[in-house]
Amino acid sequence: MKTKQVGVVSLLAVSTLILSACSGTSELTLDVPDVPMIENVGEFEGELNIVNWAGFVEPAWTDQFTTDTGCVVNSRAAGTSDEMVTLMRSGEYDIVSASGDAALRLIVGGDVQPLNVELIPNFGDDIAEGMKGQLYDTVNGMPYGVPIGRGANLLQYNEDVTGGAPESWDVVWESDSPYAGKVTAYDAPIYIADAAVYLMYHEPDLGIENPYALDETQLAAAVELLKQQNGIIGEYWSDAVAQITSFVGGNTVVGTSWEVLRKFADTPSIKTTLPVEGSTGWYDAWLVSSSTPNVNCAYAWMDYTSQPSVNGAIAMNFGMAPANTAFCASSEEAQAHCDEYAAEDEEFFDRIWAWTTPIEQCLDGRTDVSCTSFQDWTNAWLTVKG
Amino acid sequence: MSETTTADPVDERAQSVPSPLQSKRVSTFLYQRERFRLGALLALPMTWLIGVYIVSLFLLLITAFWVVNPFTSRVSPGFTLENFVSLVTVPAYLSTSLRTLGMALAVTALSIIFAVPLGIYMAKLASPMMRNLLVVAITLPLWAGYLVKILAMRLVFTENGFINWALGPLGVSSPGFNIWVAIITLTYLWFPYMALPVFTAIRQLPVNLFDASADLGASGFPTIFRVVLPLIVPAIIAGSVFTFSLSLGDYLAARFTGGATQMIGSVIAANINLNPPVAAAFSMVPIAFVVMYLMVARRTGSLERM
Repeated sequence: MKTKQVGVVSLLAVSTLILSACSGTSELTLDVPDVPMIENVGEFEGELNIVNWAGFVEPAWTDQFTTDTGCVVNSRAAGTSDEMVTLMRSGEYDIVSASGDAALRLIVGGDVQPLNVELIPNFGDDIAEGMKGQLYDTVNGMPYGVPIGRGANLLQYNEDVTGGAPESWDVVWESDSPYAGKVTAYDAPIYIADAAVYLMYHEPDLGIENPYALDETQLAAAVELLKQQNGIIGEYWSDAVAQITSFVGGNTVVGTSWEVLRKFADTPSIKTTLPVEGSTGWYDAWLVSSSTPNVNCAYAWMDYTSQPSVNGAIAMNFGMAPANTAFCASSEEAQAHCDEYAAEDEEFFDRIWAWTTPIEQCLDGRTDVSCTSFQDWTNAWLTVKG
Repeated sequence: MSETTTADPVDERAQSVPSPLQSKRVSTFLYQRERFRLGALLALPMTWLIGVYIVSLFLLLITAFWVVNPFTSRVSPGFTLENFVSLVTVPAYLSTSLRTLGMALAVTALSIIFAVPLGIYMAKLASPMMRNLLVVAITLPLWAGYLVKILAMRLVFTENGFINWALGPLGVSSPGFNIWVAIITLTYLWFPYMALPVFTAIRQLPVNLFDASADLGASGFPTIFRVVLPLIVPAIIAGSVFTFSLSLGDYLAARFTGGATQMIGSVIAANINLNPPVAAAFSMVPIAFVVMYLMVARRTGSLERM
């Protein structure tokens, strides 16, 4: 429906995206509980309990860490950001590999502590520029997170059916999509942001500046779009394996995906693209619990995993762009990985809106309205699927 | 204890088994104290029922009255009925509840439609060999894991799957994943719980009832509708309690074979981390449905005969 405008507006829109992504969030002040930061690293406690995405904590690199520091690593893999938040609030874990949509909730809730980056020497110049000082891990000028890696939510398509890369996300949003009934969408409230990114481009009158800062009218518009999409959805996915089999099995032709899932699908006709509207993505970072008894082991872990080789190993194992770009130059294999995941391509990531928890205070700096919180998004998401 | 016949172990037994005098004392003690006897009998099951089952359910359900901090998504104790009100006032919640109810009823109806003819055939017509074969065939799926069966159904209905491969040449194509496939999957999952009681009930019907029906001039179908069905209603109700309540609580079948279909279980699973009070309020819905179902079943009088 909207494809006609695409060619004309695309350049303009891309440049505004870049502008808005670059304009810092430094003016934004959030009300955050006062949690002290540590001054120096002391004796290792001998234990570290981690909540992490599957693939972030493996013996291949934890064994060396335990040998070096004596900190025994206990890992608990979580399936969703929401589960991570719940686990961290249980008080039984010291550190978490949080995506941006979990990070802000934890920071604002006082569940994690600000970090003294001087105690993390490996958190240095080689960290990708786009991963420093972002809202999801830096609040009121205080760093809370040490970046691990990032990835984009791309449009995956079956080339045998589409005949080429779709230029726009309209194939997954508009009722007249040629692939109606064969569309997949991510099954989580944060997916509302994807609708907002599409609206930002196609409905500028709504005035969406940041897909994570939606007032009530804007959220209603996004939900309306999601309900329209519901009519052409074949399946929602939250389980990665189900999404892969759905694409490979032919039930799904287009839909949101991660680069690593395309890789696992291992089918030449299944490809990914970043449409003109840009997209959402996830930036993961280590966050340390405010009530951890093992803070020294936690700092040692963040420093250890920030060095190029370990950070790269995590990124390759999980399938994402490493935060420490020094890894890319370390070998041919590493460079190939970095190129595949656009690790050093800031222009690519400038078009990606990193998952951030929506909160009542508008993240785009508006003060005349109140924005919708993640709780509102959660409730709205359930009405989408009816 | 039987008076055994083994050769020597008289003195051994004296050590391992209480002497007749002792055990007599215990039984006298128990005989005289009826309440203690009852308590001892029920202690273990009651600990299980109250301590593990009821308390954990209660702890979950009580959060339905609690509130969530919209800023941090933290749950804090309080008292609000808003979560229950939303079950009715939010159209999406209401339609999800009604859809789930409809699906559970459809699964139950389908199970009955398949189970009765199959039961009659197995009990009255099949050879003993065939009967045993069918009993094994019905119970065989129970041996496989629940998730395995759902994923198997997913493979059957997938675009490159069995249906399109086997029936494609005949012009039949898989419907893709939708609510009907979810209903078929649920029927496949819970069918044994209906088929077995129905088969057993039909098998226990006295043969002379069939003879009498035939003597009075009734052919096959009148006999089934006027003699067999009324007599196996308790078995059907017993089976339907399983098919109905298990379908109400399920969500993985909908998730893997239902396409965009949302069930009560899907809402609970989605909310258990994000908004536990709504999840808890929602978990009351299937309980309410099952209680209503049991009350209706009780009215028919078939629960007494179960």
